[in-house]
Amino acid sequence: MSKVAVLAGGSSFERQVSLRSGARVEDALERLGHDVVAIDAGSDLIQRLRAEQPDAAFVAMHGRDGEDGTVQELLEILGVPYTGSGVPACVRAMDKVLTKHGLVEAGIPTPEFFSFNQTAFRELGAADALPAIEQRLQFPIVVKPAGQGSALGIKFARTAADVPGALVAAFSYDSKVLLERFVKGRDLAVSVLEGPDGPLALPVVEAVPVGGGDYDFQARYEIGRTEFICPADLPAGSTERAQELALRTYELLGCFGFARVDLMLDEGGELFVLEANPIPGLTETSLLPQAAEEAGIGFDDLVARILESAFTRSAQARA
Amino acid sequence: MSSLPPNPPERSTRRDLERYAGLFSARTKVMTSSATRDLMAMSDRPDVISFAGGLPDTSSFPSETFAAITQKIADESCAKALQYGPTDGLAETKRCIADVMAAEAMAVDTDDVLVTTGGQQVLDLVTKTLIDPGDTIVAEGPSYPGALNAFKAYQANVVQVDMDSDGMRVDLLEETLDRLDSEGKRPKFVYTVPSFQNPGGVTLSLPRRKRLVEVARERELLVLEDNPYGLLRYEGDPLPTLYSLDGGVYVMYLGTFSKIFSPGLRLGWVVAPPPVLSRINLGKQQADLCTSTLSQILVQAYFAHHDWRDYVGTLSEIYRSRRDTMLDALAEHFPAQAEWTRPGGGLFIWATLPEFIDTSDLLARALRDSVAFVPGEGAFLDGRGRSSMRLNFSGSDEDRIREGIRRIGEVIKEQVALYGTLTGEQAEAAVAPPAEVEPDEGGRVVELPRRADRERRARRS
Repeated sequence: MSKVAVLAGGSSFERQVSLRSGARVEDALERLGHDVVAIDAGSDLIQRLRAEQPDAAFVAMHGRDGEDGTVQELLEILGVPYTGSGVPACVRAMDKVLTKHGLVEAGIPTPEFFSFNQTAFRELGAADALPAIEQRLQFPIVVKPAGQGSALGIKFARTAADVPGALVAAFSYDSKVLLERFVKGRDLAVSVLEGPDGPLALPVVEAVPVGGGDYDFQARYEIGRTEFICPADLPAGSTERAQELALRTYELLGCFGFARVDLMLDEGGELFVLEANPIPGLTETSLLPQAAEEAGIGFDDLVARILESAFTRSAQARA
Repeated sequence: MSSLPPNPPERSTRRDLERYAGLFSARTKVMTSSATRDLMAMSDRPDVISFAGGLPDTSSFPSETFAAITQKIADESCAKALQYGPTDGLAETKRCIADVMAAEAMAVDTDDVLVTTGGQQVLDLVTKTLIDPGDTIVAEGPSYPGALNAFKAYQANVVQVDMDSDGMRVDLLEETLDRLDSEGKRPKFVYTVPSFQNPGGVTLSLPRRKRLVEVARERELLVLEDNPYGLLRYEGDPLPTLYSLDGGVYVMYLGTFSKIFSPGLRLGWVVAPPPVLSRINLGKQQADLCTSTLSQILVQAYFAHHDWRDYVGTLSEIYRSRRDTMLDALAEHFPAQAEWTRPGGGLFIWATLPEFIDTSDLLARALRDSVAFVPGEGAFLDGRGRSSMRLNFSGSDEDRIREGIRRIGEVIKEQVALYGTLTGEQAEAAVAPPAEVEPDEGGRVVELPRRADRERRARRS
């Protein structure tokens, strides 16, 4: 039995999802017999951690601060073992542009993209390059903020006239955005979980929006809005290939403990990695718990494994 | 000795999902919360200047008055206050309601009044009473999101009619009714907030009030008049309510103590023709048997020993200066392409930005600067309103209003400039004064929406 601080909440736009993830994790840890301290990550985070002296921190935060390496950096300083990926992996995974450059270099397929920060448009006339970008990517084009963990701020530009508004929207969330080729096809997620013999790719989950339409922020977290199929019924070889790509992405980014890799399977059967989430959701509708369940790993077992990885990494770091 | 386990046993996540999803009624499938729900949750942070709420300033209610009222109840009517009451409400409470309605020149028979658990319950009960799945309700566009959600929950088909600075375009309402008629659809009722509309901030003009009542009579159509703000008037003469113009034949009236006394009491009422009211009464029995007796007695005690009009006067003074502060701040800090309504009362201003700005995304940006508002999309069911926002001026003091509007203005200007850069439009051109200004009205008065504005002017001239 250990004393475990569950870090949830924070001030990111995914605060509510995080609170739900955190609550489920707390319940599971208590069932596992641990002494649980729930911490809503705010300005007293360091004080609380110093006062509580936990044996480990379970980071159940999503988005900014929790998933981008900030909280991990603080936990490193305090010397508290924590769940999930370390600082460098979080930094790489939370920045879709860094992730995608890494994927391209490693030969992992990802949709073609261009990325700019606001100064490129303000000071370097990047707007003049938009027609060339649009010609290269072809419509519809997906416009995304580089560092937003959820689907907030993601726009589909169907014509050239949509692009400036979509960029303005994406810049609401981050100073860096990307324009990405739209891959029409099936929306897949492969969760990866650290096992005794290294990382293991879990069964593939397919997200199908109920009643069609783009897979949006709302649908992602609401029961009944999206149908999840697990294991996804995919053409021969696609499951293995998706799992292989997810594992390669996980290792490329240096993830640890667990992560979720989102992919698209296009109509020609090609797979593309969109992004990796170093701390995927653990709510009732989240994909990782579903995939784990399919692999025969119940929620408590999943939480136990994730917690165990915190101690493993801590031991590795000391060795 | 047996006891419950400290925690529920482990439940399987996928089975959970399937179990619950399979149990939900078809009704809840349309009960989706808005995409901006998580953003809105952030506006509760204490460091955020929030214009998102619709909160009356309850801090201005004298606590010694509250203490005196509650002591009086304890001394004189403790047992009654703790007891069940009649479904339609206590007779003394209804007399207080008649008093409030008289303040807006309405004469009401207390037999026609049913006391409800807040005005929101009226929306629920009226819809429950009148609407079968697929039935049509006509509402204003934009409309109060809480009403739209109640309508959606009963699977109503909601048709929204444009407004301008004189409130709902009743001519467009008639066109809409004709069109629906030709499709074989007969709306069950028209929902309107004629005075200081939420979220639009505009007020239905007297000629349109008269015409709307005529239309209701000609077509034998019920109207639900929602009037939470009528007594919070900061300028001009009061207009007759639809209920008083109609005499309660086709107009159902929704009132509330929330904005003139306390939203915490959850005390509202509905006045409706007797056959409709008796159905609503049955619906209320099912819903909650009766409205809180304690709340009803609180109102009675308050009305018996204090002049409630004084308190409304105090609130109106506070809100008037907050409104003026917000209007001044908007003129100073919002870019010229922005337009906003100039409410003569109520709690809200509706601002509309250039259409390339999505106010949900803008809210995300604004929250980084610790300021919040309500994005306009929730006020429409048809995808409109994405460039608009609702700003509440009653819930923040004047310093915070000035600072909050300044921050929102900065963020808008940043997005306008960025859009200009992206499209090659000059930022200078983007801040030129608007073509249509009505300086004699003490501010930029805009009509909703802008297209309708021009059409109407064309018709007038």
